[in-house]
Amino acid sequence: MSERAQRLLEIADDELILGWRDSEWTGIAPSLEEDVAFSSIAQNEIGHARALYELAAHHLGTTADELAFDRSPEEYRCAPLVQLRRVDWAHTIARHWLYETADELRLARLKQSDDPEVAGLAAKMDREEVYHRLHAQMWADHLRDEPRFRSAVEELWPYAVGVVDEDLRQALAQRLNLARDTSSIGERGDPSDEFRALWDEMTMVRRSVPGATW
Amino acid sequence: MDEQAFLEYVQSGGQVETGDWMPDEYRTKLVKFIEMHGNSELMGVLPEREWILRAPTLQRKLALTAKVQDEVGHAQLIYRVVEDLGKPRARCLEDLVSGKAKFHNVFHYPTKTWGDVGVIAWLVDAAAIISQKALLKCSYAPYARIMKKICWEESFHILHGRDVILTLMNGTDEQRELVQEAVTRWWGPLMQFHGNPIAAEDDPMFVWRIKSQGNEEARQQFLDGYVPQIWELGLTVPDPKLRKRDKGVWEYTEPDWDELKHVVTGHGPKTQERLDLRRHMLDQEAWVRSVVLAEAA
Amino acid sequence: MIFEVFRQEKKGAAFTHAGSVAAPDAVFAEAFAHEQYGRRHESVALWVVPRDAVREVTDFPDELSKTYHRVDGYSLKAKLKEARERAGAASP
Repeated sequence: MSERAQRLLEIADDELILGWRDSEWTGIAPSLEEDVAFSSIAQNEIGHARALYELAAHHLGTTADELAFDRSPEEYRCAPLVQLRRVDWAHTIARHWLYETADELRLARLKQSDDPEVAGLAAKMDREEVYHRLHAQMWADHLRDEPRFRSAVEELWPYAVGVVDEDLRQALAQRLNLARDTSSIGERGDPSDEFRALWDEMTMVRRSVPGATW
Repeated sequence: MDEQAFLEYVQSGGQVETGDWMPDEYRTKLVKFIEMHGNSELMGVLPEREWILRAPTLQRKLALTAKVQDEVGHAQLIYRVVEDLGKPRARCLEDLVSGKAKFHNVFHYPTKTWGDVGVIAWLVDAAAIISQKALLKCSYAPYARIMKKICWEESFHILHGRDVILTLMNGTDEQRELVQEAVTRWWGPLMQFHGNPIAAEDDPMFVWRIKSQGNEEARQQFLDGYVPQIWELGLTVPDPKLRKRDKGVWEYTEPDWDELKHVVTGHGPKTQERLDLRRHMLDQEAWVRSVVLAEAA
Repeated sequence: MIFEVFRQEKKGAAFTHAGSVAAPDAVFAEAFAHEQYGRRHESVALWVVPRDAVREVTDFPDELSKTYHRVDGYSLKAKLKEARERAGAASP
């Protein structure tokens, strides 16, 4: 697989798995208004994954759905941060804030790509992410002094670091105002038990009638 | 205005706003009716959201997430109306999870397969939309106004449901069987959905023009619209008596009204589990409401 | 706090009342309104206003027929007919 395809799959897998986790809050978020808002963010993430898979699929001779659902757990390239199962609001918002900031740095780089298709898609995603960043910052500002949020950020920081390339990690720490060690936990392509459980649920209907149209 | 004048007023199309005088009985029945609607949207979310995580294509995942999001949005609109009538959202949620307040029968049943996802969006939503359209001319104006947005958003739900069903029916034998099994299982609750056939004149909701249609009229509309859609796909309905008489009225086996009563009073197969989940999430995230959201619940 | 939301369907249209959201402050209210009233791009703009800032005015007594400043207060047909006839009779 080409370097380009690998990179696209990394980001696509991040967006798909984070979107999957975030979509789990639809119907059970802390307030009805927040439920609607956060669901839009989850949908955008899935939408970004779809666009990225479509770009990769074109060159790999497959389809976006096949890339999204028909690989084995070992073949996914998502970051350890999104593999974590944390169905509580403090961790969800901490992850949201950390990820959106990391993704902003990553997208800024992608917008400079020599490949016009990649650069173009990055620009589109970036425009949609404006709302995500606004939303994440809004929550981070309000939870700044809340112990649950602060400890969640502490716990998730080393995972968040792994979302971006090494040379962007210092910038990430600065952007988040976290004077932190930038060593990361875990590696892309190493599926945790929590990820395997997610994959199981995510693919169960599709695997029930292999090759079918849904 | 006195009660009689108010009754004549609403029966001739008069609209009531939040601050207007209304008879106590009208206000009480209105709040209970609208609250039940809000509870139903909120509980209806639970059987469907499990399948968001299992959706077998990216398109289906997006569509199902958006559909459930709409339903949460509807709950938001509805509880705001109830709150402006004097009952705060937090109290509505408390009464819901304690079992004091009711929600529609269909949301007390399990979803077992992807076939359910299709059948719910195609048939259960269709039954609900018929009831909702009968609320567009509600005498209580704030409720009528939100029904407009609700009905508009439901239009994509119907298409999504149809798309899921047609794709399954054009697929493999296994996939067709998913649909048939789900239709068979959901038929009973669907027939009970619009409630026992009390005459419109005896139904306070109709008398006060809160809804513009009696229960039996709604059920007939559902059968008229959807039985042909079911049969034309080669699917069967588990009621040998179901047929349309010459005068255009549908005949069917009398639904089990005892089952309906039993279920809506909190004894459905999934009632307790779902209320427990709601209670669990409300408790777990109570800190968010007090730290950040203040009033919002 | 309750915030009222007004939406503009397309450029040039009036802003009309769309509904309300519960939020702790204006920033949250905007974020919430953005999705509740705009996720399908059904609005090109929203006004989000604290409910307290909206003042309702409803008292409009109509006791002593004020037709003088309405179109229905003026009936000119008869006068016009008379004036035309007079001009017709007076012409040389």
